[in-house]
Amino acid sequence: MKKALFFVVVMGLLISIMPALAQDAVELRITWYSDGNEGEVLRGLLDEFEAANPDIKVVVDEVDYANGIQQLLPVQVEAGEGPDMARVTNFDAFKGKYLDLRPLVADAAYWDASFPAAALAALYNADDTDQIYGFPNQFTVTGPFINRTLFEQAGIEVPSDMNDAVTWEEWTAVAQQVAEATETPYAIAMDRSGHRFAGPAFSEGATFFNEDGTITMDTPGFRLMAEIFMGWHADSITPADVWIGAGGTYNAAAPYFINGQLVMYMSGSWQIAAFARDIGDAFDWEAVPNPTGPGGSTGMPGGTYMVAFGDTEHPAEVARVMDYLASVDALKAFTEKTLFLPAHLGLGELTYETDNAAAAAALNVFVSEVPKLSDQAYELQFGGQAFAINNPVRDRLTQVLTGELTLDEAMAQLQQDVDDALAAQ
Amino acid sequence: MVKQKKIISADIFTTPLRVLYDAMVSVMDFVMHPIQNRVGVRGMAYIFVLPNLLIFGIFILFPMILNFYYAFTGGPRLFPQDRPFVGMDNLNRLFTCQDFLVPNSCREDLFWRAATNTITFVILQVALLVLVSLMTALILNRNIRARGFFRSVFFYPVLLSPVVVALIWKWILQQDGVLNALIVSLGGEKLPFLINADWARFWVIIISVWAQMGFYTLILLAGLQSIPGELYEAASMDGAGSVQAFRAITIPLLMPTMLVVLVLSLIRAVQAFDQVFAFTGGGPGTATTYMVQYIYTTGFANQTREFGLAAAASLVMASVLLLLTVGQLRLGRTSNLA
Repeated sequence: MKKALFFVVVMGLLISIMPALAQDAVELRITWYSDGNEGEVLRGLLDEFEAANPDIKVVVDEVDYANGIQQLLPVQVEAGEGPDMARVTNFDAFKGKYLDLRPLVADAAYWDASFPAAALAALYNADDTDQIYGFPNQFTVTGPFINRTLFEQAGIEVPSDMNDAVTWEEWTAVAQQVAEATETPYAIAMDRSGHRFAGPAFSEGATFFNEDGTITMDTPGFRLMAEIFMGWHADSITPADVWIGAGGTYNAAAPYFINGQLVMYMSGSWQIAAFARDIGDAFDWEAVPNPTGPGGSTGMPGGTYMVAFGDTEHPAEVARVMDYLASVDALKAFTEKTLFLPAHLGLGELTYETDNAAAAAALNVFVSEVPKLSDQAYELQFGGQAFAINNPVRDRLTQVLTGELTLDEAMAQLQQDVDDALAAQ
Repeated sequence: MVKQKKIISADIFTTPLRVLYDAMVSVMDFVMHPIQNRVGVRGMAYIFVLPNLLIFGIFILFPMILNFYYAFTGGPRLFPQDRPFVGMDNLNRLFTCQDFLVPNSCREDLFWRAATNTITFVILQVALLVLVSLMTALILNRNIRARGFFRSVFFYPVLLSPVVVALIWKWILQQDGVLNALIVSLGGEKLPFLINADWARFWVIIISVWAQMGFYTLILLAGLQSIPGELYEAASMDGAGSVQAFRAITIPLLMPTMLVVLVLSLIRAVQAFDQVFAFTGGGPGTATTYMVQYIYTTGFANQTREFGLAAAASLVMASVLLLLTVGQLRLGRTSNLA
């Protein structure tokens, strides 16, 4: 009896510690969000990595962009409870928290040669010189899409087919005519985002950054675009739910466009894969050049970064994963499958994995938008002050749309918001 | 032949329980006896409340003290040791105002908008909630058909998560939602339920009343049922009508229960956040942004993460809640004396 009891106890102990014995592999976590199929593509790449590196297991935590990435992740990282790696867009929010990969990666010179120096430096603290905190895994450009089928049904020419420099006012008028002729609910819409609004504002002549390093929000160009945008809402040609009905978060107008309820949609290149997948052949859609104004024809640059955090317990393993994800093969596969613009300088010729002609054409349009991006646009995205500007622009404009503030009051409050945010840092 | 029922001895249930009970008592005795020897019988009271005090201390008292400290610090860093002391700067920023009744004239206009919204919401929501709960309780207290069913129906929303309630109603009320589809199918035009400030405020109040009234109805029902029926019989014999009986018997005797309902609903209304946040996100604009959301947004959702300013706003809100609680205690004492 005693022997049997002893046997049972020993077996029980062995069974209880078996999982621990089997867990040789280091587990790393990536916090990730997807606009289209990026999550699936990343998982596929990581499966290949894990097969070749059985000592590392990478768990991908997919979260939504507005809450998971924009709101929760910075707090988690600040509290030391963040993941090992993450896909981020608001990279300013994590400055000082990144892991310097330079001494850990296999070949730091490869990183220096493969990514624009300015893109790597966008993650730097003020006193950093040559750290490697991550890499841009996607370059984006904002710009509008149109539903060409609706133009054809309305018998109205697409303005950009005839003219290289179409203004926002012209696009608004034409989109409204198309919507009325085809009984489409909405003519024009823009994602609820200060970043999205900035490109059109710069095109209308707005400038945020002064030569002396100060920021001025109230310019005639900003007001001009704000008034055009207010006109969309006053005329009810834009879905009010997107900006007014969204509360305090980012909100995309993509569902309206995908469902054929919208003639023109101001968003960006990251939508291409989702449109190719979700619209299919329901209607003909295409990207068109950014509208032109006194400030040029600029969208906003952007992109997502894959970054590593300094609180990781496994820096060497994190560096191996980052080395793999930043490699030419992995990034080329990622770019070709996700239909993104590459931020890597040496991927060579890309063969995008789509048989959707609209997606391929849209990619070409956005590539041709890159040279037109203004200095102000680059400064806003990579200058380290976007955190103080984008959300206040979004929220103050919404208050104007709801009638809580006049444009004059909003501009004054916006300047105060920006000044306070910069002072608080 | 009559079958005899098999009688199950109660011992087969009680014996194992008895053994378990005796074992637990032995263990407790083994642990507590030396402690009692050391601290004495009087000291044991503190030992028994210690676990609860620890939980209170860690999860309530410590965060309160931390919040107080944060309110006088600045900068974006999270940990207290990394945060510079800024004195009254955060409170000064909140109270820098040309005219407190005009939020736009205040430096932190969003704080004052949230404060104004909260006051309006609390007054309207609590008044409606108490009124509707009282009416429902009075109806359910009558001998109506399917009374048990109706009690369950009114209580059911209380069981739902606030976020579920918010999402269900959002689905109904959004611009392309169920209610607008119904209105359009009947030949009407869509109404801006969630994109017009007044409509949004209206629905936030209606939904919170719908979600909470079952709870308060139950409390008031218990209060109504504790009123002796003989009082109504006596009043009836003296010729009192139902309105007179309501004014002279129901209202005075229900007042202590009403006070509990009023205080609970008032405090809950001041703390409104989760349901409203999931329902409107505080919009349109800032029309349904209340104090807790302002604090959350300032501290956590904004990219600037001004923990100090958020903590200062929390202090202001805590002060208001403290005043309300003291007022309730004094009111309760007066009512008891009366």
